[in-house]
Amino acid sequence: MTPNPYLWLVPILPLAGAAVNGFFGRRSSKKAITAVALIFCGAAFCLALLIAASFSSASAPYYFNLAHWLRSGSFQVDFSFYLDQLSLVMLLVVTGVGFLIHIYSVGYMWEDDGYYRFMSYMNLFMFFMLTLVLAKNYLVMFIGWEGVGLASYLLIGFWFTKDSAAAAGKKAFIVNRIGDFGFLIALFLMIKHFGSLDFTRVFAAVQTLPTETAGVGLLTAVGLLLMVGAAGKSAQIPLYVWLPDAMEGPTPVSALIHAATMVTAGVYMVARSSAIFERAPMAMMVVAIIGTLTALFAATIGIAQTDIKKVLAYSTVSQLGYMFMACGVGAFSAGIFHLMTHAFFKGLLFLAAGSVIHGIGGEQDMRKMGGLRQYMPWTFLTMTIATFAIAGFPPFAGFFSKDEILWKAYSSEYGSWVFWLIGVITAFITSFYMFRLWFLTFFGDYRGAAALDPQGHDVHGHAAPGHDDHSHGHGHGEPHESPWVMLGPLVVLAFLSLVGGWIGIGGRFEHFLAPVFQSGAAAELAHATAGEAAGTGTETLLMLISVGAAFLGLFLAWTLYFRRPQLPARIAASLGGLYQAVVHKYYIDELYNLLFVKPLIDGSTEILWHGVDQNVIDATVNNSASAARHISDNARHMQSGNLRSYAGWVAAGGAVVIAYMIWMGVWVR
Amino acid sequence: MVPLSYYLVLSGILFVCGVLGFLIKRNIITIFMSIELMLNGVNLSFVAFAAHWQALSGQVFVFFVMVVAAAEAAVGLAIIIAVYRTRETLNVDRVNLLKL
Repeated sequence: MTPNPYLWLVPILPLAGAAVNGFFGRRSSKKAITAVALIFCGAAFCLALLIAASFSSASAPYYFNLAHWLRSGSFQVDFSFYLDQLSLVMLLVVTGVGFLIHIYSVGYMWEDDGYYRFMSYMNLFMFFMLTLVLAKNYLVMFIGWEGVGLASYLLIGFWFTKDSAAAAGKKAFIVNRIGDFGFLIALFLMIKHFGSLDFTRVFAAVQTLPTETAGVGLLTAVGLLLMVGAAGKSAQIPLYVWLPDAMEGPTPVSALIHAATMVTAGVYMVARSSAIFERAPMAMMVVAIIGTLTALFAATIGIAQTDIKKVLAYSTVSQLGYMFMACGVGAFSAGIFHLMTHAFFKGLLFLAAGSVIHGIGGEQDMRKMGGLRQYMPWTFLTMTIATFAIAGFPPFAGFFSKDEILWKAYSSEYGSWVFWLIGVITAFITSFYMFRLWFLTFFGDYRGAAALDPQGHDVHGHAAPGHDDHSHGHGHGEPHESPWVMLGPLVVLAFLSLVGGWIGIGGRFEHFLAPVFQSGAAAELAHATAGEAAGTGTETLLMLISVGAAFLGLFLAWTLYFRRPQLPARIAASLGGLYQAVVHKYYIDELYNLLFVKPLIDGSTEILWHGVDQNVIDATVNNSASAARHISDNARHMQSGNLRSYAGWVAAGGAVVIAYMIWMGVWVR
Repeated sequence: MVPLSYYLVLSGILFVCGVLGFLIKRNIITIFMSIELMLNGVNLSFVAFAAHWQALSGQVFVFFVMVVAAAEAAVGLAIIIAVYRTRETLNVDRVNLLKL
């Protein structure tokens, strides 16, 4: 444990930016707002780089106690920060990708009236996210955890005048509360049984307990409750429903919060709590099952979506499922590895999708895109890299991390071939729907309004339809490439998506993270080396299968959406009910509405509102008020304003007193 | 020697005259004088009792009442003048601004 006094500065810098823009942004120029937002966020990134440069595994973990917070008997919580290999990876991902997306936002949000608000929220998000990853105890982590939820809510509902956006923000917030409830109870259990929330002390206490192989005990309960929290934040079954709706937010938000960083907080938290999970195999299995199911389930929904951002949203849910699958089979470092590469390529996918949306004037429906390759070459190039990366083609980043997860799902002592098989099927579906998106967006003919209108009006009756040159300079929506302030981040992320996986070659990433997952990693490595000799052939075979699955997805998408684009409609028609179910996301939203939302609303309306609130609480207050009014209404007639009547009352009162005294026989002496 | 009861009856008559005057008359000055009449009725009973019980405290109390009455007269007359200046009347029935 080495103190590092710079740790607390990393989160504080974006907070300062958020405060400056939040308080003074309304009256500042856009240039000043941009400067503040980028400088504070960039400074955090530079500081993170400096901290990383001085990081050495020998002296890790680093820590810094900023201040005391709670003291109650022997229980104490400090504002303290912690940096080990795991937080370092998260720190670099969050600040790096965050900074790139901040730059991108300048271009994307420049025209928006709420520009200062947006930048302030983004900085605020960075503050909370950094607090989350740098926390030294669960309570500080919980601050960040709730804070990113708040920032997410504010940014999803950023265009709050739109009903759907406001509702989506509310949905995200409420669904997250359900998860937070589990997280909180896990914290209470820890306080009760370990008397501390500090990572080091909790994990040390956990080490003294036996592994709960036979039955279900404290650690399993804590693990499952933590998983409930993680499922809420990281959009896993059954709490994933908020994430697709969260696409109502501006696209940079979807990229930063709902793809690259915040939604991976659950994975980070599970990985951070690896000591607890390793002693609770039941909880591990639940994590793996939830992750695997979510991966498959969300991927199938992604096939039939037509909104470009919704496809990416379901893809995010699915990829998060992969990460949980990795954590669930004990391959925490593989999960974190995928988290990192996913941050690169999914951030890139969203930003590129944003660039597309920006370029064709706000359209998100892929059926109205197509042929954008020639209009926006840079977006096309970067999107291509990202698509190949997520589909798992070598040598792109996604290949390495996904292959690592699949191999671990098969070979780990917690794993099984079932996880692997579902993983491969999901990889195939992922590849299919991503290339479907790719072909629909960039290939074929442009199907948007701007392409149709000029031909309808200008070239009507002429013999030369389809000359796109005619529509140049037409007032609305010729697709155009985005400005460089947006393309720059795309290019950097594309580079990272290309090479980001290479650090995992030869298990280097795993070795780097090994000290964090010590207890399990020892067994893991022993297992790996034992299996290595026997398993190299198997590993290569499995790798070939997963790459084959990716190629199959590409081929299928190519057939359906490039070579014979009339085919999908026919297949959809022949599938009938199944296709409808997929299009409607298996009616999960409707089911939740029926099971939870509607009873809650009805119960609240009929019992709590009309019953308790109106008939009991309001009635008590209102009736006592009106009673007081009636009584005083009558009593005020005494106050006639006539002096003699007052005197009369006094005299009458005096007479009554005297009469009473005579009657009772009370004398002076 | 006049018996105590004579004094007390006279005192009671004076007090009741004061009360009736207070209740019936409309002129503020008259009402004011009725108050003085009530005070003096009480004063009379005080001195009567003092003489009867051979105790000095009754006499002392009368002086207190007289001092307070003098002060009250000063303040009360000032108020009456102020009322007359603003309302231009001494009829209490028309001084009813406090009425709801």
